[in-house]
Amino acid sequence: MVVFEKPKSLCDVPLHYCPGCTHGIIHRLVAEAIDELGIEGRTVGVAPVGCAVMAYNYFNCDMVEAAHGRAPAVATGIKRADPENIVFSYQGDGDLASIGTAETVHAATRNENITVIFVNNAIYGMTGGQMAPTTLPGQVTQTSPYGRDVKHCGYPVKISEMLSQLDGPEYIERVAVNNVKNVRAAKKAIKKAFQNQIDGKGFSLIEVISSCPTNWGLSPEKALKWLEENMIPYYPLGVYKDRTAEKEAAAQ
Amino acid sequence: MSEKVLMKGNEAIAEAAILAGCRHYFGYPITPQTEIAAYMAKKMPKIGGCFLQAESEIAAINMVYGVAGAGKRVMTSSSSPGISLKSEGLSYLAGSDLPAFVVNVQRGGPGLGGIQPSQSDYFQATKGGGHGDYKMIVLAPASVQEMASLTVKGFDLADKYRMTAMILADGTMGQMMEPVSLSAVDVKDYDKPWAVTGTKMQRKHNIVNSLSLVPEELEQLNFARFERYKEVEANEVMYEEYLMDDAELCVVAFGIAARVSKNAINEARKAGVKVGMIRPITLWPFPKAPLLAAADRVRQFISVELNMGQMVEDIELAIRCKKPVTLCNRVGGMIPDPQQVLEAILNADKGGNA
Amino acid sequence: MMNQILIAGFGGQGVLFAGKFLANKGLIEDKQVSWLPSYGPEMRGGTANCSVIVGDEPVGSPIVNKPTTLVAMNLPSLKKYENDVVPGGLILVDSSLIAEKVDRDDVRVCYVPATRLANDAGFSTLANMILMGKLLKESDDMSFDHTEDALKKVIPARKMNLLDVNLKALETGYGYAE
Repeated sequence: MVVFEKPKSLCDVPLHYCPGCTHGIIHRLVAEAIDELGIEGRTVGVAPVGCAVMAYNYFNCDMVEAAHGRAPAVATGIKRADPENIVFSYQGDGDLASIGTAETVHAATRNENITVIFVNNAIYGMTGGQMAPTTLPGQVTQTSPYGRDVKHCGYPVKISEMLSQLDGPEYIERVAVNNVKNVRAAKKAIKKAFQNQIDGKGFSLIEVISSCPTNWGLSPEKALKWLEENMIPYYPLGVYKDRTAEKEAAAQ
Repeated sequence: MSEKVLMKGNEAIAEAAILAGCRHYFGYPITPQTEIAAYMAKKMPKIGGCFLQAESEIAAINMVYGVAGAGKRVMTSSSSPGISLKSEGLSYLAGSDLPAFVVNVQRGGPGLGGIQPSQSDYFQATKGGGHGDYKMIVLAPASVQEMASLTVKGFDLADKYRMTAMILADGTMGQMMEPVSLSAVDVKDYDKPWAVTGTKMQRKHNIVNSLSLVPEELEQLNFARFERYKEVEANEVMYEEYLMDDAELCVVAFGIAARVSKNAINEARKAGVKVGMIRPITLWPFPKAPLLAAADRVRQFISVELNMGQMVEDIELAIRCKKPVTLCNRVGGMIPDPQQVLEAILNADKGGNA
Repeated sequence: MMNQILIAGFGGQGVLFAGKFLANKGLIEDKQVSWLPSYGPEMRGGTANCSVIVGDEPVGSPIVNKPTTLVAMNLPSLKKYENDVVPGGLILVDSSLIAEKVDRDDVRVCYVPATRLANDAGFSTLANMILMGKLLKESDDMSFDHTEDALKKVIPARKMNLLDVNLKALETGYGYAE
């Protein structure tokens, strides 16, 4: 009896991520959702620029590598070309919340029928640990060596809160992958985000609070603890927008 | 041929694109090309196509990237400042070997510049614009009919060579109306086994990508791309020769500058001056061979342009500096009038070099 | 024969429409034609002009720098372009709006109170077409033929009820004698 196996939607190749990085977990959750929904053959993924740049080598479905921040626009094109296909983007915080803010906001407000996986670890990983749009106040990075000074460079961008103010998007939820309970909740949210697209409901974004042991300068275990004590209080978990639920509630 | 109708150049591009099988248009409003977007907004929903006004030129070109990746004919259009914003996407399209069709109805620059006709994006179009080693096929229409026919041609060339084909027009070409006949196009279907259409669980996954971290591999990709560019240079050069048989002076001009020059050449001929014109229709690939051949017969070349002489460099290279090349130009949205070109021709006839 | 026509006036006077009418008429008559508007912010209430070329030879430059015919619908347009008209050319002036006279003796000038005629006839927005009627009358190689067909090409389908008044305006101009 098989009790554990690699999702079919993941290629059988070694991942390049650092030890303790949570991208592996999130890749797996996305792949499991695709497997369980039976959509691998009609799914097209869009990889970002950032640590997940080579995600195109890891997902077994068709993949496109987008320019930095442009994944929601590229995904829009792919979806409009083949509306029956399932299209997702997988983006980090620099990609989605800094250089690609416009593409993110407008894909959301169009209620583009795509699924966005937003991995927020409060730092630029690929380039070696610079300040991200989501870096916490006071957090030390290579480009905020004295801690993020909000008077000098402003406050973190809270994407889930921000997008939930729009009338457009169908579903916005923030989850975390720091413990088993949260991973299970993340899986449920990600699967729902794909199911929404299958049902033609529109734009779903799942913000996944994750860790970066390497650039945070912490062990994987301590990084998860730091995430729990610092990131989750600043980025509270939960459903920020669920239009279907809102409609149902209003109908009652 | 179908009945001739009067149409604006911008509208002719839009209608021709639809005839060429384009069903996806993404753009952002900018003068003087907005008629293309307006035409598409009206037509696309009625023929099962997609018109989407993007949040920026950057988003528009990336939507183009997505549709092109999915293997479908797609276009965007803009004017000079907007093309600068799209240049990132143009580089990625080249790096991923995707076919796309892009229109630049130029206006004066640099910066925000003006909105009147210009040809000052010649370098940007023919030499790159975006980063990296790449080329685009650059088509320069000089009539509304050519706005249409070169659009059809552009879609075909883009698919054939897996690269971007760009119409480099100017505000005059976009705004003017002339009779145009638009007939049904025999669209050639190109096999696109690389497209991301979903594996249907029947093949290995396709990856559309411009990232290659192994230098040896990236080098080979560049070499292979330039082999294709060589084919384009060998097979796809287009130009028009006007009164060149006995010409002793050769005007080189494209687009509106060629139209103005024709008037001047006709006047000069009346005065007995043997002058002709070579009009590049493809700016890349540049018509090097006919220019080099002409260099043995003519005394001088006169480049007529709506820029500071960007094409002069290509002419000098093409003719290997065998003969002098003089510049007759207006910039900033101004257009040389036939009298100015005539004077340049007469001056050249007297042996003047400036 | 190449008619190089420049029509100029305020935005809203129907300068571009009048030009489209001439271009379409030329097309119906198998002539070589081009139409080029001025474009940009001046379209919105400022000065507007358009170049129309109708003739037997292929059109070179679509820009009319030296008009054989100038239609001036306001004073700034007359002042700006009257000296560009070729000797022996024709200038049509809406004399309801332009009190000044043309200061040249080497061109033919027709003063047509087009705006007043249009107001009197109850189609106040069609001074442009009255001037077009006069232009057809005064141009050697133009006629009143095919005017209705040409109008049908330029009047939008939803405004086709205006076909008759446009025709009437053309007739008014065609028949106007100073």
